[in-house]
Amino acid sequence: MDQENTPTRKTLWIFAVIGVLIYALIPVIWIASLSLKTPESIGDGSFLPTHWTLHNYTTAFKTGFFTAALRNSIGIALITTVIALAFASMAAYAITRLDFPGKTAILAGALAVTMFPAISIVGGLYNVWRNIGLFDTWLGLILPYLSFSLPLSIYILSAFFREIPWDLEKAAQMDGATPLQAFWRVILPLAIPGVFTAGILTFIAAWNDFLFANVLTATNSARTAPVALSYFTGASQFQQPAGAIAAGAVIVTVPILIMVLIFQRRIVSGLTAGAVKG
Amino acid sequence: MANVATTTTAPRQIQAAPPAAHGLTGRAKAERKLGLLLCAPAVIVMLFVAGFPILYAFWLSLHRADLRFPQLDAWVGLDNYKSVLTSHTWWQDVGNTLIITVVSVSIELVLGMLIAQAMYRAIYARTWIRVAVLVPYGAVTVVAAFAWRLAFDPATGFVTHWLNLTTPPLTTRSGSFILIIMAEVWKTTPFIALLLLGGLALVPEDLYKAAKVDGATSLQRFFRITLPLIKPALMVAVLFRTLDAFRIYDVVYIMTNGANNTESVSLLGYRVLINRLNLGLGSAISVLIFFCVILIALIFTRFLGASPQRR
Repeated sequence: MDQENTPTRKTLWIFAVIGVLIYALIPVIWIASLSLKTPESIGDGSFLPTHWTLHNYTTAFKTGFFTAALRNSIGIALITTVIALAFASMAAYAITRLDFPGKTAILAGALAVTMFPAISIVGGLYNVWRNIGLFDTWLGLILPYLSFSLPLSIYILSAFFREIPWDLEKAAQMDGATPLQAFWRVILPLAIPGVFTAGILTFIAAWNDFLFANVLTATNSARTAPVALSYFTGASQFQQPAGAIAAGAVIVTVPILIMVLIFQRRIVSGLTAGAVKG
Repeated sequence: MANVATTTTAPRQIQAAPPAAHGLTGRAKAERKLGLLLCAPAVIVMLFVAGFPILYAFWLSLHRADLRFPQLDAWVGLDNYKSVLTSHTWWQDVGNTLIITVVSVSIELVLGMLIAQAMYRAIYARTWIRVAVLVPYGAVTVVAAFAWRLAFDPATGFVTHWLNLTTPPLTTRSGSFILIIMAEVWKTTPFIALLLLGGLALVPEDLYKAAKVDGATSLQRFFRITLPLIKPALMVAVLFRTLDAFRIYDVVYIMTNGANNTESVSLLGYRVLINRLNLGLGSAISVLIFFCVILIALIFTRFLGASPQRR
């Protein structure tokens, strides 16, 4: 019952750490291992591959439809992130810094949007998008992704903007800086961490979506990588291309892994500061 | 600095305000205009792509609207709702969704609390734990579902071999539920753990020390100090996860696509809207799911004291 670092306590925590690492990483290591198995050894029931090959990766890229999907995923997620950051920064600045009516209504509305079930919206969008030519286009996916990531971004950015010492802006202006210079040189560098955090979470959300992409796309022109993965299943009729699915899954996961490695601190602060659905 | 900080909070106060005639000053009016202008793009997108489709779904749900038979479109009042609410499938799927939601959120809460404690108290490898925990959070849901499915499939996986399972889990209803819940729990526990970690950081260390001096055991300290103090963070985490789990779609779609009687309400809505192209009936299902979500949110905020706006 002592919280000092007794040997038993130490070993206990080492086990806890190992437990967390196993929990978090085993499925990812497993899918990577599966992606490296040869077609002959894929059913051998071993966790790690006995015969290694990169064959599954060439299969995944061979058809061209996964390559197209990957390009769509990257483009759509990046554009969504940039637009969401621009719109959310403007709104968050206004909410934290300016006095105007309807502020609480906007925040409450944004909070309500985060609770909307995607399935309740997707039917209407499907019908409207088909009629106005947004079906199976990048914009047709970017718009719903925006509406779902804006609330979180606005909340995170407002939380960050509230912490900025805005008096510095005035001080810079008194020292002779123009309002634009004061914003660009003084305020922006302070706001960047919050903007980054919101951007990463928006990118992950857009990269992750399956329902909208599955309903609102039909061809290579806008189909995203997660949907393409689910189509691998039907690609060959008699044998599930498990190796190719695994390879595709690894490719889809790599960008996220890189972002998590680089920005882990930001992601954690964003999730706890926003405290809104991630 | 002090007197600068105590003046008004309005920005750009160097520009002199024109004298007020009645009510608002010119500058206050300009500020209002700028505020609304800056919020306009975000608000318009949310109204157009979230607000409008909900109303449209409600309107569609009151009509016979089948894309295969557009000439039969007509106002039918509440008939679609009557069809849904008297169908066995709807109630079966509500039951399935509730099973998945309640079981996964309960497991996630316990597991999330353990992980949060490990992250908070860890002396070694803090950064590595944080990175590791963020991997499931960032992983694409479809990938998570595939990883678990392929691991438990006797043709590709290792689990059935290691555990000597005679029946593959995905061929039975209970096995399918277990796999769906495991994939869901793996993917989303980090979210709960991180929110709880945020709550743990707010508990003053002195309280633990004082309790220890008074002879409280670690279990007592957890239930008497930690739990009451992180309750706000905990309720918010549980509220968001419950709403999220109730909308479950990706995992079920990849794992079973509704086979073995595991269909969720979102998957049912998808099937009626997109596979059967019955927009009227599908929209009735969508609207009912919407009301379920509102009901869950109300129960949490009214009776369980969850308040999402923490600041």
